[in-house]
Amino acid sequence: MMAEIRMREALRDAMAEEMRRDGNVFVMGEDVAVFQGAFKVTEGLMEEFGEKRVRDTPISENTIVGIGVGAAMAGLRPIVELMTVNFSLLALDQIVNHAAAIPYMFNGNARVPMVIRMPGGGGHQLGPTHSHSFEALYLQVPGLLVACPSTPADAKGLLKAAIRDENPVIFIEHESLYGIKGEVSDDEDEIVRFGEAAVRREGEDVTIVGILKMAHVAEQAAAELEEKHGISAEVIDPRTLRPLDLDTILASVRKTNRAVIVEEGWPHGGVGANLSTLITEQAFDWLDAPVQRVTGADVPMPYSRRMEQAAIPHEENVIEAVLAATEGAIGPGKGGS
Amino acid sequence: MAQVPDRDTCLELLGRMCLIRRFEEEAGRQYQRAKAGGFLHLAIGEEATIVGTTSVMREDDYLIGTYRTHGHALARGTPADAIMAELFGRETGTSGGRGGSMHIFDAERRFMGGYGIVGGNLPLAAGLAFASKYRDEDTVTVCMFGDGASNTGNFGETMNLAALWELPVVFLVENNLYGMGTSIERHSAVTNLSHKAEGYGIEGERIDGMDVLEVRDRVSAHLEEVRTKGRPSLVEAFTYRYRGHSAADPEIYRDKSEVEEWRQKDPIENFIKVCVEDGVLSEEDVQSARDEADETVEAAVEFADRSPEPPLESLYEQLYVVGETMGWYAVDERSPEPHRGELGEDAPEKARDLAETVADRESEIERQHRPGVRE
Repeated sequence: MMAEIRMREALRDAMAEEMRRDGNVFVMGEDVAVFQGAFKVTEGLMEEFGEKRVRDTPISENTIVGIGVGAAMAGLRPIVELMTVNFSLLALDQIVNHAAAIPYMFNGNARVPMVIRMPGGGGHQLGPTHSHSFEALYLQVPGLLVACPSTPADAKGLLKAAIRDENPVIFIEHESLYGIKGEVSDDEDEIVRFGEAAVRREGEDVTIVGILKMAHVAEQAAAELEEKHGISAEVIDPRTLRPLDLDTILASVRKTNRAVIVEEGWPHGGVGANLSTLITEQAFDWLDAPVQRVTGADVPMPYSRRMEQAAIPHEENVIEAVLAATEGAIGPGKGGS
Repeated sequence: MAQVPDRDTCLELLGRMCLIRRFEEEAGRQYQRAKAGGFLHLAIGEEATIVGTTSVMREDDYLIGTYRTHGHALARGTPADAIMAELFGRETGTSGGRGGSMHIFDAERRFMGGYGIVGGNLPLAAGLAFASKYRDEDTVTVCMFGDGASNTGNFGETMNLAALWELPVVFLVENNLYGMGTSIERHSAVTNLSHKAEGYGIEGERIDGMDVLEVRDRVSAHLEEVRTKGRPSLVEAFTYRYRGHSAADPEIYRDKSEVEEWRQKDPIENFIKVCVEDGVLSEEDVQSARDEADETVEAAVEFADRSPEPPLESLYEQLYVVGETMGWYAVDERSPEPHRGELGEDAPEKARDLAETVADRESEIERQHRPGVRE
């Protein structure tokens, strides 16, 4: 059965189903129990599972994650919610030096099956300490898995997979997507496996890769490119960045010969920087134009609505990048000009 | 002074302390010979704190430590062979050569690891204790850390959370008076570290960490309290390391006379004196404990020396668990082969190619800068 629900409900359902399935699964974080989550993602969980399994914590990010790591080493399956990705920086020691390193540095004699959920992204005027995108930061760390769902169905399927997975998972949610609706299966056995990209729209002329909210922006841009410029864009949402389904992306680029990567994070050392390198290294002979990157502005996120909007990529930025990549070779002309 | 226990217990305590002392001396020697690399932190002088603590723990209690934990693993019963082999970076080491001296691990004996980030093990200890409590088990976690760690944010966060959630942890500060080369008066506003417990509403006690019987007596009482009342406590064991912070420490921050003064309180010599005077042990018992330690450590060096290096094709192993939810991972995304569908077991081939390049480079570096004898 499918039902149309919001992304925050899909995430909540994923946790609730897995908690019913496995008594070792528990949730902890700042304001996840009584307050029911800063973004209301854990709504109803304390009521159903009680305070033993849905736990409010003090504001102690590094220790919250560390307790999760220790509990996971002892066989529990923690879901840790950090209130924003910016706050996760306070827990970087436990995430990078401990959660990611422990399985390897102890030669597989210890495992860290845990999920660290964190919302990020801009758009709500939360300013320079609550709005960033750190996918690229976590993507860099061997030992971590990184998920970045853009639809309610993927949010549920990936979170269920993350909870069942034996590895530490960084699960990045976008604040602006919590309210979007989508068809979600209520089959409790259904998961979305890590490392499988979704082709959101098929196309021939250019490949647009977008993550999180930018997967939607990419789709909207693709619709407009088709309509106004006669350009057929293929849109891919990688869904997980570690592992990264590079094959689907490379196959698309070999077909379209052009690639545009859209992300909200910073340009230097970003998701796009990494992916464009991989594409250039492995599909250079198929490329008809340099890989284009559309990224957030290279500044801490400004507060002013006007400036914040200018710092986040929009459809027109994607269209511009696609037109630069196609250089008038496709469609009736340069369009937009 | 605590009462002298029975003969078997005394033999056990003496045997473990002698083994740690001998192991650490030999580890230092093997480091000089460049058989062990990286950093090497020795616990010579701290044997009573370690052995006194582990000797009153239950088998199912968790122990977690720092980067100075060869002795803790030995005290828990981890074979000296596997620890020495880890120092040598060999496949037979406790962590298969992936962790080294600072990252000894033995889940079987519930020694939940040595950790290289000062204070990083405190949250983990709370997590282990949380798991015990979650499952209604009455196991206790003993978390050992240095005086320097008591200044980290983790200390404040974890003590608060453990007290708030009533987690069964004995936090045991091995106060050896120095955070690396900075003396306690120069690194902590409060030098009686047991007083730091007050801010979290838990019990704190300073004990003589050089006296194995006092450590046993007091840690045993704390274990009992924590086990029955389900609340954490803080024990500050006053101890001293005779060697530098690590093998690369010139020790310009302390006087030789201070080291000499502490040597008078040597945990092993003083325990021997007590046992012999009491009559529970004879000089022969002492000699045979020393001989046994010599033999065990000698055998450990031989074992480590003849153990194989980790195979290069295992470079990417144990990084992830491949399964139902994640069926593959790219060994190196830069490689030109298809990535999707690349199963964990296909990894070795690629890893070997990459690792061989690294190995060639390393042997070249080694030729150019043979480390020889370290100072």
